[in-house]
Amino acid sequence: MNTQAKKYTKKDFVSNQEVKWCSGCGDFSILSQTQKVLSEIGRPPEEITFVSGIGCSSRFTYYMDTYGFHTIHGRALAVATGVKTQNPDLSVWVAFGDGDGMSIGGNHFIHTIRRNLDIVCIMMDNRIYGLTKGQYSPTSLRDQITKTSPFGKLEAPMDPVAMALSSGATFVARSTDRNPKHLNEVLHKAYQHKGFSFVHVLQNCVIFNDGCHEPYVGKEKADNTLMLKDGQPMIFGKENDKAIVRDGFDPKVVNVADVDASEILVHDENSSSQGQSYFLAQMSEGKFPMPMGVIRQVEEPTYDGAYTEQIAEITAKQGQGDLQELLDSGDTWTVE
Amino acid sequence: MNQVNSNTLELQELGQVVIRFAGDSGDGMQLTGNQFTRTAAQSGNDVMTLPDFPSEIRAPAGTVSGVSGFQIQFGNKVVNTPGDYPDVLIAMNPAALKVNIKDVKRDGFILLDRDAFTEKNIQKAGYTVDPLSDEALLNRMTYQAPITSQTLRALEGFDMPKKAKERCKNFFTLGILFWIYDQPSIHTEEWLKKKFAKKPSIAEANIKTLKEGMIYAQNASMFQAQFKVPQAPVKKGTYKSLTGNQATALGLIAASERAGLKMFLGSYPITPATDILHEIVKYKRFGVKTVQCEDEIAGICATLGGAYAGAFAVTTTSGPGVALKSEALGLAVITELPMVIVNVQRGGPSTGLPTKTEQADLLQAMYGRNGEAPIPIVAAKSPSDCFDQAIEASRLALKYMTPVFLLTDGYLGNGSEAFKIPRVEDLPDLTTTHRTDPENFKSYSRDPKTLARDWVKPGTPGMAHRIGSLEKDRETGCVSHDPENHNYMVRTRQAKVDGIANDIPELEIYGDQEGGDILIMGWGSTFGAIRNSVDKYRVEGKSVSQAHFTHLCPFPKNTLEVMKKFKTVVIAEMNLGQLHKMIQATYAHKAIALTKIQGKPFTEAEIAVVVDELL
Repeated sequence: MNTQAKKYTKKDFVSNQEVKWCSGCGDFSILSQTQKVLSEIGRPPEEITFVSGIGCSSRFTYYMDTYGFHTIHGRALAVATGVKTQNPDLSVWVAFGDGDGMSIGGNHFIHTIRRNLDIVCIMMDNRIYGLTKGQYSPTSLRDQITKTSPFGKLEAPMDPVAMALSSGATFVARSTDRNPKHLNEVLHKAYQHKGFSFVHVLQNCVIFNDGCHEPYVGKEKADNTLMLKDGQPMIFGKENDKAIVRDGFDPKVVNVADVDASEILVHDENSSSQGQSYFLAQMSEGKFPMPMGVIRQVEEPTYDGAYTEQIAEITAKQGQGDLQELLDSGDTWTVE
Repeated sequence: MNQVNSNTLELQELGQVVIRFAGDSGDGMQLTGNQFTRTAAQSGNDVMTLPDFPSEIRAPAGTVSGVSGFQIQFGNKVVNTPGDYPDVLIAMNPAALKVNIKDVKRDGFILLDRDAFTEKNIQKAGYTVDPLSDEALLNRMTYQAPITSQTLRALEGFDMPKKAKERCKNFFTLGILFWIYDQPSIHTEEWLKKKFAKKPSIAEANIKTLKEGMIYAQNASMFQAQFKVPQAPVKKGTYKSLTGNQATALGLIAASERAGLKMFLGSYPITPATDILHEIVKYKRFGVKTVQCEDEIAGICATLGGAYAGAFAVTTTSGPGVALKSEALGLAVITELPMVIVNVQRGGPSTGLPTKTEQADLLQAMYGRNGEAPIPIVAAKSPSDCFDQAIEASRLALKYMTPVFLLTDGYLGNGSEAFKIPRVEDLPDLTTTHRTDPENFKSYSRDPKTLARDWVKPGTPGMAHRIGSLEKDRETGCVSHDPENHNYMVRTRQAKVDGIANDIPELEIYGDQEGGDILIMGWGSTFGAIRNSVDKYRVEGKSVSQAHFTHLCPFPKNTLEVMKKFKTVVIAEMNLGQLHKMIQATYAHKAIALTKIQGKPFTEAEIAVVVDELL
């Protein structure tokens, strides 16, 4: 792979289309990292297919010099299911937003994850509908003021990571538009994972929801995020002085100095049990630091892989299909 | 084993016979009907059948809502329909009698299971008096056979629970019918042996019951005559019995093989279309990929993804599913990807009549999308024609890079007839290749003749490009909001579909080629009923002809020319006049709408009500 890697530069993945996102949009950074990661992976652009839905972030496909299918609102994962199932040799990437993935396309999100389709799925979550100019999305916060909630949003937000985990996702990670190095690492891991790789990217909408992720990307981010590292204790804070311990079934933030080192939870991203990942999923609501990095990565059969195997098995057993034989089969009779 | 000897009674010859099997949905009436059909077909009769089952899987036993029916017409000449009214009704319980008795021909007869006419069952069926004791109620020749008790007696020596023995009673009934219509039992015996190869005792019990039924019919001296329906002048060849849904499935796989492309089917279960999916999943050895999706929308979207990846792509559904798929159909139109959408129509609107038939989705197929989104429409006219039209829809999709509707309906999908097995080399050659030459490639470059855009699979070097739901520049394929370009693209997509008129058969006249008094036009499954009517009028020397559409979008080029040859054009369809509206809108040619919307096909009499007036 390393020898191949030298063959491509980021420019090989940049299409000739003018990028039309608003100046300062978080999507620029995500697009740029994705193009960089692909050049580093070193697969020829024609082996890569991007599928997107509708919304600002879904314009992504037009900006990638790969194969691309910009579909309809919410349906990117359903279309990707067809592309990847039909041709498992392609590297299929879905790029979409929180409205596409969590709201109108929520059903496809659940079921594509359940199938463990071997694709990378990047959700750019700005907690707002941008392209329709500022309505609340499923991930908008309670009480958030938007064009359709001038007196405050009445609903609780949906957490894409928790949703992915409860659907049985085999790879779940979180990153942000403001930490390109981290995003780069996460995207590489997502690509390497065999199975559905869900990458939740906290992304800023400079026009309609500016600063929505500020606690996790701004000056105070060290106190508000938990940078997960496999095999490392869950310690965070500007001074690395805070830690996560278990309090019954709940997380608890403590001072490192106040507890025995053995009480501090150690991240195991490959844990086959969902216990730890659900535990981490609870930590996205304000009173805890937001976990960043790979939350869960486990190996399970992929849909497209299993499909290829099943066809091979059936063909080995029954022989290659023969149309005349099929037509002639069954209860037949001959009229002389 | 006793041999049935049928030389004691003389055989009476009959032309065509319609039998309706009716019983509780658990009584095995579909199976019994199918077995009779196979045997009649193998004896050389032409056959057509129609099951009629309740939408409930197991409605309360013994009630009218739980009655399941199966009708067959078999005959000594071409059989176009499963028949309007039965000559024979098999009623396995009082509810089956109550639901069906009104349909039985005056000179027909009823064969019923006397043992099922208990006080409880009579009550459950909603009769206030025992119908068997009420001659006015029965009003038809009726044979009351002790079917259940004779079945139990036949199986006395068998080590089976009583319930299991009772379940064999449908074979006793079948035995009686085989005797009456002088049909051999051998085909059913062989079928049973094969079906229950792993449980030979069940096969044995059913075979014993079947034979006992034949013996009973002979010995009970109940029937005055035995009947023989001579062989029909069926074309030479090898046949099998297929339902329309099976024929559709077979046609699609044949199209995929003839195109040299692997098939992808994204679908979601829906009555009455699911049987196509049931069939196609069996063909994985052909490299077929089927995905049972999470919903109808995912079904078509996965199919589009499969088409984009280079597969021969198909999605199967019924009207409510098409409603859900309509946005994605627009995506298929704007991205110009080939795909066949099969709509096995059922009664609507909404959930409507899921197990009943209707033709009310024509305008949905024609117009049911936002924007100008033309989609060619092909419709099958009989169960076995589903095979040919599946291939035709596939041909148009692949050649013109467009989604194509294949309309069938519950009547065709579930009905069956003898299918003449073709030779593969006689089927249309649909060879399709993906473009791999990057020289001068543009994502919307088109074949100047068909206007089809080039089909390039992801994975092809040097041709990476983007397609999508936004309007594209006619040349570069880049997103374009230019008004002139949009105008060009909309008109080009329409011209591509319109141009198909040059590549489809002309509308044929059955009857007076040079014109005459009345032309009955129709489309889809009304073919058989119209044909029977027309035949009847023509025997009487009346100038009534038929023209039946298989292509509804675009229409055959000579449509207006054909209509102009006749004094009166009647359009018969199972909706409120949808083809009629399309004909009016396209040709402004006066026609009379003959419509029926009861979830049931036309009868000859219903057509006559209108046509007689016009003659």
